[in-house]
Amino acid sequence: MIGAVPLDALDLAIAASLVLLNAGLSLWLRLGLARSLVIAAARTAVQLLLVGVVIKTLFDLASPSWTGLMVLAMVLLAGYEVHARQERRFTGAWTYGLGTLSVAAGAGLVTLLALIVVVQPEPWHHPRYAILLLGMILGNTMTGVSLAFDSLVTTASRERVAIEARLALGADRSTALGDAARRALRAGLMPIINAMSAAGVIALPGMMTGQILAGADPIGAVKYQVLIMFLIAGGTGIAVFLAVGAGVRRLSDSRHRLRLDRLRVPNSV
Amino acid sequence: MLRVRNLRVTGLAPVDLDLDAGDCIALSGPSGSGKTLILRSLADLDPSEGEVTLDGEARDSIAAPMWRRRVAYLAAEPGWWADVIGAHFPDHDLEAARELAAALGLSEKFFDAPVAQVSTGERQRLALVRLLLLAPRIMLLDEPTAALDEAAAARVEAVLAERLAAGVAIVLVTHDDAQAARLASRRLRIADGRLEEVA
Repeated sequence: MIGAVPLDALDLAIAASLVLLNAGLSLWLRLGLARSLVIAAARTAVQLLLVGVVIKTLFDLASPSWTGLMVLAMVLLAGYEVHARQERRFTGAWTYGLGTLSVAAGAGLVTLLALIVVVQPEPWHHPRYAILLLGMILGNTMTGVSLAFDSLVTTASRERVAIEARLALGADRSTALGDAARRALRAGLMPIINAMSAAGVIALPGMMTGQILAGADPIGAVKYQVLIMFLIAGGTGIAVFLAVGAGVRRLSDSRHRLRLDRLRVPNSV
Repeated sequence: MLRVRNLRVTGLAPVDLDLDAGDCIALSGPSGSGKTLILRSLADLDPSEGEVTLDGEARDSIAAPMWRRRVAYLAAEPGWWADVIGAHFPDHDLEAARELAAALGLSEKFFDAPVAQVSTGERQRLALVRLLLLAPRIMLLDEPTAALDEAAAARVEAVLAERLAAGVAIVLVTHDDAQAARLASRRLRIADGRLEEVA
């Protein structure tokens, strides 16, 4: 088996020329994408380099408090991302708060399970495992919660008349919002279900291919990939369930009224 | 039966109302004057302040779903949440629903029809059937005959008159003076944000 082939700056420059080719195409066809394309490519390089440096530093420090600080920053950023992706948000900081809490609970529980029961690195909070596992789970959980929130709030707004018809006929809020909640749960879980179905057949998961490219044994890499997929499914399930439950409560009140007044009108500040 | 004191509805002076068994209040007023808001507040579908009691029981002491079955609101454009009309009726009530529908001039084929294929006027009557099945004490009806021809409207009025005779009370939003004259025991109008008697 050959080991990893290290990349040098020239290799990356050749790859970068492909992005420039795309940008040229965009200019030629006047797609107006050249600028954002180049900026996005630059961001990828800079952000990943920075993360590489941060992760290397954390590995060298191997200090629980620095690892904890990083975990906190990641969770808060994930919550912000959930908030930022919504077209209709709750008034106040509710979207951010509910998004952060459900993502933290789902990804956090599952990561702890993986560290303490499954992988059992020594010490269990070693950043090589804690940060990387959490990062992968968090990213997917965040996507699930974003999609679920978006679906819940959009459906509740669009189906207002139908939901209020049920309330007016004496349904309680969980019945009246039940269809919207189920649709939101499906929306949140669909990406991971699709990813698991397509894994290996249509798409080669990035983590596994990365490990194999870096010289790891393919079967070992596959085992890790399966573990990660299951962890993501579990974390997303918990987070989406919590987010939708909390969202339904926030969209209604104790007198079982639909409270769309707790949403901000889209595109306003 | 229903006693309303100082009910605060956006854009209106505080509302006082009393409804006894068999009473029918006809409510009129320009579009956007707050007729629908009054009905929604009485059904507790919008947050509102004020004192609302049914047979001496305060609204807040009754669970909201229970309150809405007793003080039932029919929207001007009723909502449908399933694909087929029949799915909006509890199974054990389907027989009663068919009888009520027949009284309103609707054949039973509508219960198997997709909601999208049923006309506005037919949907309005089917939504009234849905409401009547709850056997509410008070019915809050927002223009229940607006989309109906004269014959269908007459059937609806006949059913409402039956319920009034049986002791149900009704608040009826209507723009039809003749209908108000036929059904109502009291007529109110919203003018300049106030409820006033129609002479």
